Amino acid sequence: MARVVVDVMLKPEILDPQGQAVAGALPRLGVSGVASVRVGKRIEIEFAGAPDLDQARLIADKLLANPVIEDFTVRVEDESPRGSQTSPRPEPSAAGAAT
Amino acid sequence: MTAVVGVVTFPGSLDDRDAVRAVRRCGATAVRLWHADTSLHRVDAVILPGGFSYGDYLRTGAIARFAPAMESIADAARGGLPVLGICNGFQILCEAHLLPGALMRNQHLHFRNRDQRLRVGSVASAWTNAFAPDQEIVIPIKNGEGRYVADEKMLDQLEAEDRVIARYVGGNPNGSLRDIAGIRNEAGNVVGLMPHPEHAVEELTGPSLDGQGFFHSLLKHLAGSGATATR
Repeated sequence: MARVVVDVMLKPEILDPQGQAVAGALPRLGVSGVASVRVGKRIEIEFAGAPDLDQARLIADKLLANPVIEDFTVRVEDESPRGSQTSPRPEPSAAGAAT
Repeated sequence: MTAVVGVVTFPGSLDDRDAVRAVRRCGATAVRLWHADTSLHRVDAVILPGGFSYGDYLRTGAIARFAPAMESIADAARGGLPVLGICNGFQILCEAHLLPGALMRNQHLHFRNRDQRLRVGSVASAWTNAFAPDQEIVIPIKNGEGRYVADEKMLDQLEAEDRVIARYVGGNPNGSLRDIAGIRNEAGNVVGLMPHPEHAVEELTGPSLDGQGFFHSLLKHLAGSGATATR
């Protein structure tokens, strides 16, 4: 599938109270040593045909990000099966457990 | 002929009925405009009301900006049509680049709903010319994303060009930079304001009648006696 991923982040100089609130909750998880947290958005765009980065950039610039306060990056996601690297779910076994 | 003011209803608008009521109470004729209709029905001015247009998905005002009605309003605003954006309407005006800057999540992350004291700044706009400079007024504020931000250069420019139309006094409710509650465009016909003047036009329901000043300003402007920069 032709998927383009757009990451939208607040510009570094823009205050992110949401990120601060997340950072403030970390000690309650027993996590220390985190200097700061910033929260952004990840948007996945699936094209019917080949991924069109120019179109994706247009979408990101006009709608997904507000250039006054946000920066964005656009990239084509590689073809590897989704989540195979990071998902905690086990890979389907060859025996076909689900029936 | 009384002035005709169009009030736009988007999916998720909340304060459109109150805005209509305020317009009528202040002596103008109000008509409802529908977000999907490109015709402005020859109104003399437009109000973008408060609420949560399109669910505030993505960013506040980001999707409303592309409503068919907004394309007509943006064109007309560039031609001098008076436009007032209140709360969500202010957010839409910023997203549509009719006003500079952006409105972001309140600094303390809490929704704020209270009667708010403001100091009027620029009276050189279609919506503020009936106020005295530095007049203090009290109108309700109710927002979760009302923190006005712009870069330092733009903030300096807004101040140098007398384009801040109101500032918070007695406590900044949302962390807005330089206590900005509302701004105007260069010509003075487009104004965005976070607090809600339409909720302060009747003694029974409002903390004051100070909100009437915005609507009386419009009538004064349309009558040609307003001290606006537009004509």
